[in-house]
Amino acid sequence: MTTNSIAAFHKAIQANETSCTESTMSFIQKIEAKKHLNAYIEVFEKEALERASFLDNKKRNKEKLGKLFGVAIGVKDNICIKDHKLSASSNMLKGFESIYSATVIERLLAEDAIILGRLNCDEFAMGSSNETSAYGKVLNAIDENRTPGGSSGGSAVAVQAGLCHVSLGSDTGGSIRQPASYCGVVGLKPTYGSVSRYGLIAFASSFDQIGPFANNVADAALVLETIAGKDKNDATSIQNEVDSFSLKPLKKQKIAYFKQAIENDSIHKEVKASFENLKTRLEAEGNIVEAIDFPYLDYLIPTYYVLSTAEASSNLSRYDGVHYGYRSPNAKNMEEVYTKSRSEGFGKEVKNRIMLGTFVLSAGYYDAYYTKAQQVRRILKNKINDLYSNFDFILSPTAPNPAFKFGEKSEDPVAMYLEDIYTVLANLVGNPAISLPLYKTKEGLPIGMQLMANDQEEEKLLSFAQQLEM
Amino acid sequence: MEIDDKLVEKLAKLSKLEIAAEEKTKLKANFGKIIDLVDKLQEINTDGVEPLIYLTENKNILRKDVVENMVDKVEALKNAPDKDSDYFKVPKVLKK
Repeated sequence: MTTNSIAAFHKAIQANETSCTESTMSFIQKIEAKKHLNAYIEVFEKEALERASFLDNKKRNKEKLGKLFGVAIGVKDNICIKDHKLSASSNMLKGFESIYSATVIERLLAEDAIILGRLNCDEFAMGSSNETSAYGKVLNAIDENRTPGGSSGGSAVAVQAGLCHVSLGSDTGGSIRQPASYCGVVGLKPTYGSVSRYGLIAFASSFDQIGPFANNVADAALVLETIAGKDKNDATSIQNEVDSFSLKPLKKQKIAYFKQAIENDSIHKEVKASFENLKTRLEAEGNIVEAIDFPYLDYLIPTYYVLSTAEASSNLSRYDGVHYGYRSPNAKNMEEVYTKSRSEGFGKEVKNRIMLGTFVLSAGYYDAYYTKAQQVRRILKNKINDLYSNFDFILSPTAPNPAFKFGEKSEDPVAMYLEDIYTVLANLVGNPAISLPLYKTKEGLPIGMQLMANDQEEEKLLSFAQQLEM
Repeated sequence: MEIDDKLVEKLAKLSKLEIAAEEKTKLKANFGKIIDLVDKLQEINTDGVEPLIYLTENKNILRKDVVENMVDKVEALKNAPDKDSDYFKVPKVLKK
């Protein structure tokens, strides 16, 4: 039990060594002191303190306390919280206020959590460095000249810099795991469908999943078991109830890794060395680690970009300047309400992706790109399913590089996209995957390792992940 | 693939976006790079492969056919950029 874990906090609460009010106040002060990191877009100071005091009363009255009692949570700015602003870090939604709360928020509150505020991210969750946010970039607390990764950069830094107990992000192609790796925290993408997307701003609906950032695996597990499970408001949610996870040691696991992912020149040498070190350690602990030939590595990013941009171009057509969001003051007729509002409201990367998505869905290109990518997705799903008949987990680094410097990749979209090469597979096939902060470069930059498991095997994944973090 | 002005203009029109002249050159270059990247998919033989569309095995998640008022009029209009008490307002569409 580490000092900053939820279990340690609850122990201190039980021993009356701290209170929800004291804990919340200290987070609020720390957020203020670390304001320049730009992790929070808005802090719900008054509301959070009122809730903390309400919870303290609950304890005083000896009522039953929820499993996230007093836990301070930051939320990525693409998840609805009723009567609070929500912008997806875009000018398109400046001033927008949610009229309902996402299912995940309702479930956190039902377990006595405290929502601290909204966290910065790439615009509409499109980016790998947090540089596309309309609120400016988030700084990586380990080296402020470097990106925290993206798109959930604010969520990663909020946990990294101690600005909350845990946070929520969303992961479409690696947007939880890659920033978790860059910032040295735990980041978990659940199985597609295990967490309701009701109240999450849609980017690519067959990829998007909400998941936690945490200081340790146990905290991530606690958040996941709270937010996961069937939801009538999301027809893609898996129709199982999730009660609680019991994490137990697993022996002699069979772990696969892709030869092509490790034996190539584009992987940073310290990331590669860390991976080799982990492999040796796992073998020494009695597991089997085997290199697998996986000739599809180079096709993952192309498949992901065709499908995710196609879905995005459709999802983002709702921003029309009529029903909600930005309307251009320069629009003189109906057509201009659409075109000028969208052109002025969206940032560059979002426009690029809408255009690419429109391209792959347009007459003459639909079959060659969109259908083709869906077929490749099927091939990938089948290959990975087959693999799990022989293996328990797939292991890789989370990203090919440690956190890069601001501006380093912003001129080359392809270089930026390739930072997601190890993470997109889990989204393409729907598997759960976790990034663990196991290594550091000589300079002290965090290096995350990613463990992936078969659909709905979160309990097994988290069990093994917890062993690795020790 | 050659990305010309005509294609960019067509895609902008379909996307209801305006691309400023000074943005066009850079957009074309980036677009070209990305298309080259995704063109790699053509190397994979997908003959007879059924496209994967749904990731979960859920089928026909139904609910009772009962009206539920999830959003009322006040809430629906709350974030409208222009409205009156009952409607979203837009510039005149019909000419006199």
